[in-house]
Amino acid sequence: MTLTLEGVAKRVGAEQHLHPLSLELQAGSFNVLLGRTLAGKTTLMRLMAGLDKPTAGRMLENGKDVTGTSVRHRDVAMVYQQFINYPAMTVYENIASPLRRQGKDKAEIDAKVRRTAAMLRIEPYLERLPAELSGGQQQRCAIARALVKGAGLLLLDEPLVNLDYKLREELRAELRDIFADGKTTVVYATTEPQEALILGGNVTVLHEGRMLQTGATGDVFHTPASLECAQVFSDPPMNVVDAILTNDRVALSDGTSLPLSAHDRNLPAGPCKVGIRANHLTVLRRSERLVPIKGRVALSEISGSETFVHLRHGDTTLVAREEGVHSHPIGSDIQVYADPDRIFVFSTAGQLVAAPNWRRGALRNIA
Amino acid sequence: MDKVQDNRAWFLIIPVFLIVAFSAVIPLMTVVNYSVQEIFGPGQTFFVGTEWFEAVLKDDRLHDALVRQIIYSLAVLLIEIPLGILIALGMPGGRSAKTSLTLVLLALPLLIPFNVVGTIWQIFGRGDIGLLGATFRALGIDYNYTNNSAHAWITVLVMDVWHWTSLVALLCYAGLQSIPPAFYQAAKIDGASKWAVFRYIQLPKMRGVLIIAVLLRFMDSFMIYTEPFVLTGGGPGNSTTFLSQYLTQMAVGQFDIGKAAAFSIVYFLIVLLFSFIFYTIITRTGEGEKK
Repeated sequence: MTLTLEGVAKRVGAEQHLHPLSLELQAGSFNVLLGRTLAGKTTLMRLMAGLDKPTAGRMLENGKDVTGTSVRHRDVAMVYQQFINYPAMTVYENIASPLRRQGKDKAEIDAKVRRTAAMLRIEPYLERLPAELSGGQQQRCAIARALVKGAGLLLLDEPLVNLDYKLREELRAELRDIFADGKTTVVYATTEPQEALILGGNVTVLHEGRMLQTGATGDVFHTPASLECAQVFSDPPMNVVDAILTNDRVALSDGTSLPLSAHDRNLPAGPCKVGIRANHLTVLRRSERLVPIKGRVALSEISGSETFVHLRHGDTTLVAREEGVHSHPIGSDIQVYADPDRIFVFSTAGQLVAAPNWRRGALRNIA
Repeated sequence: MDKVQDNRAWFLIIPVFLIVAFSAVIPLMTVVNYSVQEIFGPGQTFFVGTEWFEAVLKDDRLHDALVRQIIYSLAVLLIEIPLGILIALGMPGGRSAKTSLTLVLLALPLLIPFNVVGTIWQIFGRGDIGLLGATFRALGIDYNYTNNSAHAWITVLVMDVWHWTSLVALLCYAGLQSIPPAFYQAAKIDGASKWAVFRYIQLPKMRGVLIIAVLLRFMDSFMIYTEPFVLTGGGPGNSTTFLSQYLTQMAVGQFDIGKAAAFSIVYFLIVLLFSFIFYTIITRTGEGEKK
């Protein structure tokens, strides 16, 4: 189903939960809603599902206006953050319930339930009750129930957030394949940039009830339209430093001076903001081109097999990424290296001026 | 010896041990002691073995009281549980003045002592000055709990429903409030009917509190004493003489201590047995979905 939102907005009392936004989701596409908590992801999903009515704008399904149509008459399925299954029904009955409501015959229901259960690898547990399953299996059951319905629009509201790390990775990897075949338009809400990148497809970045940017996930990640968008789509958030552009260098407010690279050459001179993602600020000097920045360790956190070093540098805090697990005593001096080819240049108002080249051979000078 | 002996733990048990001993074990054993003796007066006791128990089990009046009691308790459960669920379903949710008001109104009957409830209904039902009795009289219905057995029996039942349905409703309400809203949304998206929502979401999620409600209401109604005592003292005839009434008549009225003690023990075992049966049935039906 092609879902079109035209200036859709939601206001509750005096509070604007969602500012007017227009969006078109192509039939069969995979769309990620990325935003922090309270960005309006769930509000938008509830509107898409028809659980709430928008206070402004129109919503079209395949060109047909469904703005006022109640959820019962929409062609939609939803998976929640909590594991929602009918507690008194077996897994089999849970998955079969939407089909029974559609009045399918027994053989077809059985075939569909088993196929979907196999796809989500919960076939051995069909006769159990949801509470007898692990969290991951309960969520698989909920996803199976949503999938089996064969709805034109499938909404997943942070479905993996209540699972532990390992299960999350496992299910995330499988989800891509499960949704790959579909005619179903999938909308997937998440707070994690990492998850959006792994899932691919299109991404719509939301922040405080506004849509910041929408497009192919790779495009949005590499050329975020604004500083806000870059912050939301970076984990840890992008380092931002005030700077001044001259004709051959960019001078950061702390005195560090970086040479200009292909993407930020020929920009008008003047004040700007420079953004550097943590993975382009490294502890190891991999190349002579990298420019050293001195600082003092404020915090060192280990995430998986990486270490993120937070360092105080003048009056700003920077975050640098280091491969492997390392310990840096708090307060010790440290030197990190910035890659001048990888910096983003934003206007002082926060609009993107230049982004590093990321497609081989393509020169992306936006300004 | 490499094993360290530490007996201090025993001291920690002493307070609980003493409380339980004085509040439960010693009184119970006194009753057991009475139940196997014929007591004429202080120092004049004779061991009679199981004679009292045999007498109790053969007592026809007791059989009648037991049947009356079982019918009464079943009626209480059959009315109060569904009614309580219905009230809970109809209650407003969320945090509004309406919710608070409903909760307070529902809790009011629970705050009234048993004997006061009995007195309220005794006056309420009087034909000359009671609102209920006078209304019935005005409608041409000859309602009189003092000389009509059925009227007395129904009055005691209505009294109990009035007094205790709130408890069931409040328990169910608490159970309903603990269901995450996402369940209702999911059901809406599934297109589930109101009945399906009740049958497959609300009822299973209320099972825990319903077990408690059924057990509490059963045990309480099975031991009902004060209300019929205040209303008619167990009459007219024996129509509202339930087990407690009969037991009290035996022990305090006729001073038949030995027989009354044997009766108490049998009574206790019956309550225990029924509670166990209810508990087993209700928990069995929902095994594995208690989350």
